Amino acid sequence: MTVILEWLSGLCLLLGGGLCISGGVGLLRMPDFFSRVHASGVTETLAAPLLLSGLLLQMELSLDSVKVIMIMILVLATNPTATHAMAKATLHGGQRPLEFANGKDIGGDGSSKL
Amino acid sequence: MRYIRSSLFVAVVWLLLSGHYTPLILSFGAVSVLIVVWFMWRMERVDEKLEVLPMRPRMLYYLLWLMWQVVLSNIDLVRRIWDPDLPIRPTWQRLDTKVTSSLAKTLYANSITLTPGTLTTDVREDHFMVHSLSPDGIEDLRKGGMEEKIQRLGI
Amino acid sequence: MLTAAIVAILVTMFLALIRTFIGPTEYDRMLAANSFGTKTVLLIALGGHALSWNSFLDVALLYALVNFVGTIAVMRFFEYSNASEERDDPGTAA
Repeated sequence: MTVILEWLSGLCLLLGGGLCISGGVGLLRMPDFFSRVHASGVTETLAAPLLLSGLLLQMELSLDSVKVIMIMILVLATNPTATHAMAKATLHGGQRPLEFANGKDIGGDGSSKL
Repeated sequence: MRYIRSSLFVAVVWLLLSGHYTPLILSFGAVSVLIVVWFMWRMERVDEKLEVLPMRPRMLYYLLWLMWQVVLSNIDLVRRIWDPDLPIRPTWQRLDTKVTSSLAKTLYANSITLTPGTLTTDVREDHFMVHSLSPDGIEDLRKGGMEEKIQRLGI
Repeated sequence: MLTAAIVAILVTMFLALIRTFIGPTEYDRMLAANSFGTKTVLLIALGGHALSWNSFLDVALLYALVNFVGTIAVMRFFEYSNASEERDDPGTAA
C-alpha cells in the first residue's frame, strides 16, 4: 500500500513539476500580455494542485493535510479572480489583445470601448 | 440563523487551523470568531445579502467535470507551448450568454477563466468578452456545453 | 521526487523572474510577479516538508492570501491611477 502511495505521489510531483516549467516557458514565449495570462494559468490551475496532492500523499494524515487541502482550494478559487482583475486592469490601461483571427473585427460592438 | 451557521463554519475552520486546544487559546479563538461574525454583520450595510453556492451533489459533479475540462485544456495548451512553431491564434470576441442570475453568471465567468486557453475579460448584461488562445476555444464555448450544465444546476 | 519538484519550481521562478525584468509593460511584470507568488507558496509547502520544518503550512496559507490580496490591490491601483476619463463614469466607481 505504501509503495503504491509513494509511486502515486512521485508521479504527481513529476507531472506537476513538468507542468510548472511548461508554464514558465510559456510565460517567456508568448507574444503579448493576454496570451501570457493563459500560460501562467497552466501553472496555477493544474501544476499547483498536482504538486500539493503529491505532498498530501507523502504526509501522514493529520491536521496538516487539511491545511494542504485548504491551500489547494484557496489557489484554485482565487486564481480566476486575480486573472480577471489583471485582464480588466490591462484593458483599462489601453492595451488591446494581439489578433491573428481570420479577419474578424471584434472592436465594433462598443464593449471594447470601456 | 444565518449568523449561527456562519459562526459555526468559522469556528470549525479555526479549530482545524489551530491545533492547540488549551483553554486560553480556545478563548482567543472564540473572540476571533465573534469579531469575524461582527464584521460580516457590518458588511451587510454595504453589501447586499450574501449569496452562497449550494453544495448539492449536482454541484460537486459539476466541479469534478470542470476539473476534467481543466486537465484536458491544460494538455492542449502544454502541447501548444512546447511546439516550436507556437501554433496560437489569439482572438478576443463577444460571447452571448443565456444565464441570467448573478450567481450563475459568476460561476460561468469563473469557469471560463479557470480553464486555461480562455479568459473572461468583461462581464456585461447579456454577453461576456472572452479572450481565447485559438478560435476553437470560443467555438467550444458557443456550443454551450458548459452553459447548459450551469443552467441545469438551477441557481 | 520531492527534490525534483522543488528544482522544477525553482526553475519556473527563475523564468518568471526573467519575465518580470524584461517586461515590457507593467502588467506583464505584475502577471509574472503573481505567478512568482504562487510558486513561492508551492516552494514553502514542498520545501518545508522536505526540510521537516514546523508549521510551514500556516506560512504557505498566509502567503497565498497575501499574494491574492496584493495582486488585487496593485491592479486596482493600476486601473484607476492612469485613466482620467474613467473618473467621471459613475459605473466604474464601485
